[in-house]
Amino acid sequence: MKKLFSLFILLSALSSCANTKTTLYAELGGQQAVATIVDNFIHEIEFNDTMFRYFAESDIERFREKLNEHLCLLANGPCEYTGDTMEQVHAGMNITESDFNLGVDLFIAAMTKANIPHPIQNKLLAKMVPTRKEIIYL
Amino acid sequence: MSIFSLKGLTQTFICAAALLGLSMSVLAADGKLIGTAGLTQVEGSGGGGIVPWATISGYDSRDQISASATATQVDVDDFRLVMFAANVSFYDTLEVSIAQQRFEIKGAGVEIKQNILGLKYRVCGDVVYSTWPQVSVGMQYKQLEDSAVASSVGAENSSNGTDFYVAATKVHLGAIAGYNAVWNITARATKANQMGILGFGGVQNNDYELMLEASAGILFSRNIAVGVEYRQKPDNLGLGEDDWTDYFVSYIPSKDFNLTLAWAKLGSIAGAPGQSGLYLSFNGQLW
Repeated sequence: MKKLFSLFILLSALSSCANTKTTLYAELGGQQAVATIVDNFIHEIEFNDTMFRYFAESDIERFREKLNEHLCLLANGPCEYTGDTMEQVHAGMNITESDFNLGVDLFIAAMTKANIPHPIQNKLLAKMVPTRKEIIYL
Repeated sequence: MSIFSLKGLTQTFICAAALLGLSMSVLAADGKLIGTAGLTQVEGSGGGGIVPWATISGYDSRDQISASATATQVDVDDFRLVMFAANVSFYDTLEVSIAQQRFEIKGAGVEIKQNILGLKYRVCGDVVYSTWPQVSVGMQYKQLEDSAVASSVGAENSSNGTDFYVAATKVHLGAIAGYNAVWNITARATKANQMGILGFGGVQNNDYELMLEASAGILFSRNIAVGVEYRQKPDNLGLGEDDWTDYFVSYIPSKDFNLTLAWAKLGSIAGAPGQSGLYLSFNGQLW
């Protein structure tokens, strides 16, 4: 029992220092893979009434461009994010916790349809976690 | 040793089928990410399998209310425990649970029933999104319907008792080679002998003692979790009550339904040593 817990902790420690050479952006599959994820995500949003409400007055092409940049930045890719801050983008939308998580569900579906492996999906999600407080209930 | 009792298994399956039917017929609260609602443990509280966690059972977010139901069977060498639980969770903050445990001494024609009312309040943190773990405090009020066995083994109180606990739970996204990891630590103040089935307190000790419980798991996909649990137990009766361990696999095909299979090592129970067996649990969300 203690051995198992030790193994668990050891694995956590090891995995945190492994893979420091390649960026997450490269692991994802670079610009093309990120573009596919974003296209899939927009597709998911279009077919979800709850999510689409938030985008009714959005410029989808601008959203596409800025999300590509933002994901690239979060994944330590060679990009510059030229959009507004997360707070500015989501201000006044009053996005609930449920709808945020629905967005995460759709984003996961978008990654899965882009054939992003499960562990790489999790790494990208982990990078996105800190943005949540800049998105919900604003 | 029979791993399964057919009667018990059938009962469990029928209940699970009913749960599945119910949960598919209504629109369920779905505000949490899949898997992050956790399971329902053997005393009816949201948890792992034998340990209550800081998670609030059901898929309600802070804007929603959810209700879920659970049927669990633990079948070890000389005993069988069947538990049914119903949970209602409010705004991912407050969990109310009622459970009935039916503990059968195989071959003796003895069944001990215990009812448990559980309350849990989420104090701080978010199991996925906060840097620090989600922390909850809870209690389990336990009432024994059948006190004869508890009295005969020397329990000081053979009618009722209350456990109090603090639990901390955290999911780490992509933590182990990209797989999500979850851990939980619970500190429980208790006088219960074998969860209360054998009463509360005894000749060896009649005071509250602080017990440590822990769980650790890895999610190999959005739908499969594998892990271990440990639960420290007091030995108030002087019968050599052992700590519990289990190794579990959970299948979470949707937010409406999950199934857990585990190998439970419960050690000595009422003087019968080496009690191990299969733990099987179905959990369905009603809305």
